[in-house]
Amino acid sequence: MMSVHYETKTYDVLVIGAGGAGLRAAIEASAQGVSVALVTKSLLGKAHTVMAEGGMAAALSYVDADDCWQAHYKDTIRGGKYLSNYRMAELHAKEAPERVKELEKWGAVFDRTPDGRILQRPFGGHTYRRLAHVGDRTGLELIRTLQDKGIHCGIDVHMECTMTHLLKDGDQVAGAFGYWRESGRFILINAKAVILCTGGIGKAYKVTSNSWEYTADGQAMAMKIGAELIDMEFLQFHPTGMVCPPSVKGILVTEAVRGEGGKLTNALGERFMKNYDPERMELSTRDIVSKAIYTEVKEGRGSPNGGVFLDISHRGADYIKRKLPSMYHQFLELGDVDITKGPMEVGPTMHYTMGGVRVHPETQEVLNVTGLYAAGEVSGGLHGGNRLGGNSLSDLIVFGQRAGKHAAEFAKQQTVLPKINDEEVKGYAEELVAPFERDSKAETPYQIQADLQDLMANKVGIVREEQGLKEAIEELQVMKARAKVARVDGSRAYNPGWHLSHDIHNMILVGEVVAQAALQRTESRGGHTRLDHLEPDNEQWRFVNSTIRLNESDELEVSTYEKPQMDAALRDLFDKSDELAITQSKQKI
Amino acid sequence: MMMSLGVVDREFHVFRGLPDADGEHIGEVKSFTVPVQPGWVVLDALLYLQAHNAPDLAIRWNCKAAKCGSCAAEINGLPSLMCKTRLDHMPLDKPVLVRPMRTFPLIKDLVTDVSWNYEINKRITPFTPYNDDQSTWRYFQEDADRVQEFRKCIECFLCQNSCHVIRHHRKFNHFAGPRFLVRLASLEMHPLDVADRIPFIKEEAGIGLCNITKCCTERCPEDIRITDNAIIPLKERVVDRYYDPITMLLHKIGIK
Ligand SMILES: Cc1cc2nc3c(=O)[nH]c(=O)nc-3n(C[C@H](O)[C@H](O)[C@H](O)COP(=O)(O)OP(=O)(O)OC[C@H]3O[C@@H](n4cnc5c(N)ncnc54)[C@H](O)[C@@H]3O)c2cc1C
Ligand code: SF4
Ligand code: SF4
Ligand code: FES
Repeated sequence: MMSVHYETKTYDVLVIGAGGAGLRAAIEASAQGVSVALVTKSLLGKAHTVMAEGGMAAALSYVDADDCWQAHYKDTIRGGKYLSNYRMAELHAKEAPERVKELEKWGAVFDRTPDGRILQRPFGGHTYRRLAHVGDRTGLELIRTLQDKGIHCGIDVHMECTMTHLLKDGDQVAGAFGYWRESGRFILINAKAVILCTGGIGKAYKVTSNSWEYTADGQAMAMKIGAELIDMEFLQFHPTGMVCPPSVKGILVTEAVRGEGGKLTNALGERFMKNYDPERMELSTRDIVSKAIYTEVKEGRGSPNGGVFLDISHRGADYIKRKLPSMYHQFLELGDVDITKGPMEVGPTMHYTMGGVRVHPETQEVLNVTGLYAAGEVSGGLHGGNRLGGNSLSDLIVFGQRAGKHAAEFAKQQTVLPKINDEEVKGYAEELVAPFERDSKAETPYQIQADLQDLMANKVGIVREEQGLKEAIEELQVMKARAKVARVDGSRAYNPGWHLSHDIHNMILVGEVVAQAALQRTESRGGHTRLDHLEPDNEQWRFVNSTIRLNESDELEVSTYEKPQMDAALRDLFDKSDELAITQSKQKI
Repeated sequence: MMMSLGVVDREFHVFRGLPDADGEHIGEVKSFTVPVQPGWVVLDALLYLQAHNAPDLAIRWNCKAAKCGSCAAEINGLPSLMCKTRLDHMPLDKPVLVRPMRTFPLIKDLVTDVSWNYEINKRITPFTPYNDDQSTWRYFQEDADRVQEFRKCIECFLCQNSCHVIRHHRKFNHFAGPRFLVRLASLEMHPLDVADRIPFIKEEAGIGLCNITKCCTERCPEDIRITDNAIIPLKERVVDRYYDPITMLLHKIGIK
C-alpha cells in the first residue's frame, strides 16, 4: 500500500479556487484581518475567468445615463425566466457598479468613453449598454487585477493543489483534504471557514468552451457533506462556439461579436433570428439564440459544417481588430478564416452552469453546512433559468466579496479550530491511491470520460426528453461502476491520469444530478428544453426551483421548493402587463 | 494555408523525464505515432497521447485557445504555445519534437517550475493612483492603448524562457526578465499612477542587463512589442534619471 501520510496546515479561512470569485473572496477575507489560504488546481491567473471575453455587467450609467440598478435587476429576472433568487439579483444589480469601480482602483484599465470613463457595450438581454470591457479579453483584465492585488494582501497561495474532500466536525465544516499535483503528496488544510469557488461542470460535455478544470469538484464535494444543488437542469449552451475544424469545436466566439453588430444568417442567407425574436434579433438571450441555431441546423438550413454563419466584416478591418482582437486571431490562426473579410461558422457549445450549491442570498453560506460558503459559478440562485452575458463576471466580484466578508466574520467568532478525524482522512487517502493497485489491463479514466461526454451530449444536452433522460440515468450507473475499477499508470508525480481517476467520479455524480433535475422539470424554460414538453408550464413550474441532495444511503433525492415572494418594492418595478414577474405564487394565478 | 484533408499518421518525439535534485531535466525523448486530424494543434496530439498511449504524460494547459498562457513548451526548438501551433503548418516529413521550456527547472515531462516568475511579481510596487477620489478620474483611450498593449500579457513566460540573460547566463537573482519589464512598463505608463519604480527597474529588475536582442519580442504569442514599447522607453527613463545631469539635479532638489 502506498503512503497515506499527509501534512497539515491551519488557517482561519480556506478559499478553494482562484478564479474571479475565489480571488475576490480571499482579498476580502484577508482585509478583515484573518489568515487566508487560496488553493487552485492550476497556476495563479490561469483559472477559467481568464478566458472571459465580452465584459462584466454593471449599471455604471456612463454610456446610457438612463441605466440604473433597477433596470439591471429587471433584465436579470426576465433573462433568468423568473427563477432567479430575488434577493441575490437585487444585491447583484446594486453592488456591481461599486465592485467594478474598485477594480479600476486596483489598476484595471478598461476601454474608455470619449469623456474618459469606463466604456460599456451592449449585450444580449441587457436593455442598456452595460458591459464594462477591455476589447474581448475582459476576464484577463479581471483576473490579473485581482491577482496583482491579492499577492500584496498576505494571502498564502497554494498553486497546483487539488482538494478532493471537504471535512466536517459535527455540523460544521473543518477544512479540506487533497494533494499537491506536482508531487502527489497529500495535504490537509484545517480551517474555521471554507469558501468554495471551484466553478462549473463543463467537462462532462465534449463540445464545450470550458477547460479541463471544470470537473464539478465543488458541487460533488459539497453534496457529500450535506449541501443541496439547485437549478441543475439549467445549463447554458452558448449559441456561438467555433465548429470547424473539429479540433476547435466548442471554443467560444464571444457574444461581443453580436454586441458589436454581428449578423447571424443561415444557408439561405436569411437573418433567421427574425423568426425567433424579431425585436431583439441577434441580441436576444442566449437560450433563445441557441435554440434558434439548433432548429435551423436540424431543419436543414445549416452551414456546411453543421452550424450557421456569423458575420461582422461589415464593421471594417480596423474596428474589428481593435474591438475584437482575440477573435480575429483565433479564427485566423485556428480556423483559417479572416473575419474582417467574411463570415465565421458557429454553433452552440456547453458554456455555463446556472445551477449550483444552494446558498444564503446575502452571506453566501451554504445551506445545511455551518462555516461553508460558496460563490461564483459553483453556486446557484442568481441566474435562475438562464444567465445573461456579462452577469457572471459581476457575480464573481459581488458575491466573492460577500462570501469573503461573511466567512471571515464567522471565523473570527470561532475560538478553536474544528477537529479533524484522522481515521476518516486516512480513509480518503486510501481511496485516492487505490487505482494504482488495480488490474493493469483495466481501462483508463480517459475512456470513461469520453463516453460520459458522448452520453451527456446525446441524452442530457441542449434538448432532452423523458426516455433519453431515463436511459442516461441508467447508463450513468454503469459508468459509476466502471470508474470504480479504472486503472492508473505511473507514479503520483504530476500524473493527469491519476487526477482524472478521481475527478471522473465527480462528473458522473453531477451528471446524474443534471439528468435527474431535467427529468423532474416537465416543461421547457431557459437553458432546459424538453422535446416532450416544449412550452413553459407556468402553472406548475414558474414558482419552484429544483433541489437535489444525497441522502444517508448515498442516493440522490430530487425535489422542489417554493420561491420566496418578491418584495413589494421590487415587484413595483415591473410593468403591470408583465404578469409573470408580478404574480408571485401559484395561488394568485 | 489550406487545411489538409483527412487523418494523417505523424511521428512525435516527446520529452519524458523527471528532475534531479537541482531541477535539471533528466530524461529522454520518446517517439509516438499519432493519427492527426485536420486543423489539429500540437496540444491536440499530446492530449491524444494522454488518452491513448501515455495516461501519465504531464502537460500544463487550460484554455486551449491561446488565452491563459499555461501551455508553453519548445516545439521543434522554438518556444511556443502548444495550443496555438498548428500541425498542418509544419513539415510533414519530419517528426514533431516537443520539449519543456529549457530555462526553468523540470517538474515532469513537459511541465516546468515557473514559480520564480511569481516571486518576482511580488516585489513590484503595485498600482498607486494619484488620488483616492475616483469620481475625478478621467483618462482617454489613447492613454489606455499604450498600457493595454502590455496588459494583454497572458504570462506564458515564453519571453522569460527565450531571453539569453536568464536562459544562458542564469541571472535569476539580478534580472526580472522581459515579462516583468512589461509589467513595470504597464504601471509606469499608467496615466493615473504616481509610484516611482525607476530605482527598482535599474537595480533589482536589472534592466541594464538587457542588450535589446529582441528574442523575447519574437516569441511573444500576444504580439506585445516588448523591446520597442516596454523595455526601451524604460531604459530611457532610467538614463534620464541617473545619467542626465539636469534631471539628476531636479531629482535631488525634490522634483520628480
Ligand atoms: C470562454 C469563456 C468566455 C466567457 N466570457 C464571459 C463574459 O464575457 N462575461 C461573463 O460575465 N462571463 C463570461 N464567461 C463565464 C465566466 O468566465 C465564468 O463563469 C467565471 O469566470 C467563473 O469564475 P469562478 O471564479 O466561479 O471560477 P473559475 O474562474 O473557473 O475558477 C475556478 C477555480 O477553482 C479551482 N478549482 C476547481 N476545482 C478545484 C479543486 N478540486 N481543488 C482546488 N481548486 C479547484 C480552479 O483551479 C480555479 O482556480 C465566460 C466563460 C468562458 C469559458
Ligand atoms: S531584448 Fe532584452 S529582455 Fe528581450 S530577449 Fe533580448 S536581452 Fe532579453
Ligand atoms: S510578454 Fe508575451 S511572451 Fe512574455 S509572458 Fe507575456 S504574453 Fe508571454
Ligand atoms: S492552453 Fe491556454 S494558452 Fe495554451
